[in-house]
Formats: sequence, structure tokens, C-alpha cells
Amino acid sequence: MVGEEILNILKEKFGKVIVNWKVKGVYNPYARIKPENIREVAFFLRENSHLQFDYLMCLSGVDLGKGMLGVVYHLNSISKKHRFTLKVDVTRENPNVPSVEMVWKTANWHEREVYDLFGINFLDHPDLRRILLPDDWDGYPLRKDYQVQEYYNGIKVPY
Amino acid sequence: MGLLDKHFEDRNIVITSVDGLMNWARLSSLWFMQFGLACCAIEMMAAGASHYDLDRFGVMPRATPRQADLMIVAGTVTIKMASRIKRLYDQMAEPRYVISMGSCSNCGGPYWEHGYHVLKGVDRVIPVDVYIPGCPPRPEALLEGIIKLQEKIRKHSLVEESGVKSSKS
Repeated sequence: MVGEEILNILKEKFGKVIVNWKVKGVYNPYARIKPENIREVAFFLRENSHLQFDYLMCLSGVDLGKGMLGVVYHLNSISKKHRFTLKVDVTRENPNVPSVEMVWKTANWHEREVYDLFGINFLDHPDLRRILLPDDWDGYPLRKDYQVQEYYNGIKVPY
Repeated sequence: MGLLDKHFEDRNIVITSVDGLMNWARLSSLWFMQFGLACCAIEMMAAGASHYDLDRFGVMPRATPRQADLMIVAGTVTIKMASRIKRLYDQMAEPRYVISMGSCSNCGGPYWEHGYHVLKGVDRVIPVDVYIPGCPPRPEALLEGIIKLQEKIRKHSLVEESGVKSSKS
């Protein structure tokens, strides 16, 4: 199934929560969803018999600038052999996105990594801790305005 | 005593200084704590394998700091790893030596400017005896670093020279 057909199935059910989309002339067709609805959309994409997105290939964080952060979900269906991408945007002041860990278990560590490096909160995540950096680290290093700390536990950090 | 083996027809006496004997023993059995952290570890493994054969210098890898005289820090030291390195160094028995292998552990290497998570030189947490440049250094470079360390150990003395403080920390 190509991106346009997937989008049409999605629009039928979730017409109001899709903010924008691009399915033609792109390698990864995507739809941008309102963040508060991402879990129901994800669950629908997995359970719908025509779509069967059984595999979350990658979950990434993005700093979009202008006070916005984003999460990108790259989905794949092993049985149907098609792909689709979901995106959500959140503000820096309120970076809350519902977790999709209960839809795809893969999301557990991916969401922890995005939380670690971008500071996006995944609501209802069972174990939202830093995964790469030490637990007592300050700040979120992949945000564009991140400043390297002078000292970490008495160790000078800058060169 | 391979060097002196079967070189005498009768029982004999070798005269040397205590310093000489101690230093000879120390520099000929540098068991190293393997601290492979990145691609330098591959070169360190290559140096330990049959082609370069670290064993002919009496240098062999140990997986515990308790049995090690030398720590070869081979690779990128992240700030998260720094406290572990410090602790393992503290667990080594004296006399202990450190070789910093490769640009990353010397000074941060390619991460010197934008690596928020990389320690800019392992000498910020533990004292280093020999620095080996390279990214990664070839096994020959590691061998030379070990020979340099042996030269350094050869000059050690049990007697504290007047006016010179002991280097033991």
C-alpha cells in the first residue's frame, strides 16, 4: 500500500487530529498528528487489518527551533511490506507526548533516549529514566541551545 | 632468568643493586588492566595477538585491577566512564602505571570541541605515565609506548633522592 492510501484510511478515522501531511514526492510519506492523540493513532495503525504496522523501526527526537520540539515515528509493516511516518510537535514549555510503549515495546528504550537527550516527557511510560547519560546530568544535550556545563562532579568538562 | 640460563659452567654469583633487581622484575612483568573503550582497543588486541605478541615483553592482559600493574586506557573516555576509571585505578596495587593510548584519551581527540560527554584527557582523573599519539595508534606505537614505560621504570629508585619528592600518590 502506498502512502496516499494509508493516509486516506487514517483520514477516515482521524480526520480531526491530522494537522498536515505530505505523501507525494517524498521518500517517507508522513502525517503530522496532534500530540495528545498519538497513542490512539498508533494503536489503530497496528490493529487495522489493512495496515498492520507491527514494527516501529525508529523513534527520534528533533529540535525544530523556534521553541518547538518534535518526535518522529518511522513505522513498517512486515506482513504488508509498507511504511509510514508519523510526526508530532510539542512546545518546549509543555513537552508532553503520550508514550507508545504499550503499542510497540521497542518504544521503551527509544523514548528513554529521546527523554535523555531532548527532555521530552513521555506520559505513562513505565520507566522514564536517562538511558545514556548519568542520572545526575544537567540539561538535554541535543537541544540547540544546550550549553556545556563547566564542571561535572568536580571534573572540568570543556577543553 | 632466561638471559643468564646455561651461561655458567659452575655455580656463580651475580652482583646487582636492589634497585636494579626490583626494576628489572617490575619492567619485565607489566600485566595490564585491559581498558578497551573504543577503536584503540582493536589495536591493543592486535598488539596482544600473535603477530605483535605483547607477551614477549612480559605484558599480558588482566581483567581485574587487583592483578594489574599497568592500565592501558585505550579509547574515548566518556564523563560517565571517568568515575569508573578512577575507581579501578584506585583498586590497583602500587606500583601502578598508566598508558594513555590514542588521541581521545590523551586530550579528547576529535571530540575536543563538541563532545559534551567526552572527558578531555584521562589525565584529568588519573595520573598518566606515557601518552601514545595516534587515532588509533598502530600496534608498533603501543609497543614503543610500553618500551618507553620500561625505560622509565628502569630509572626508578627505592631511595628517595634528596630534594626530590616521591612520585607515589
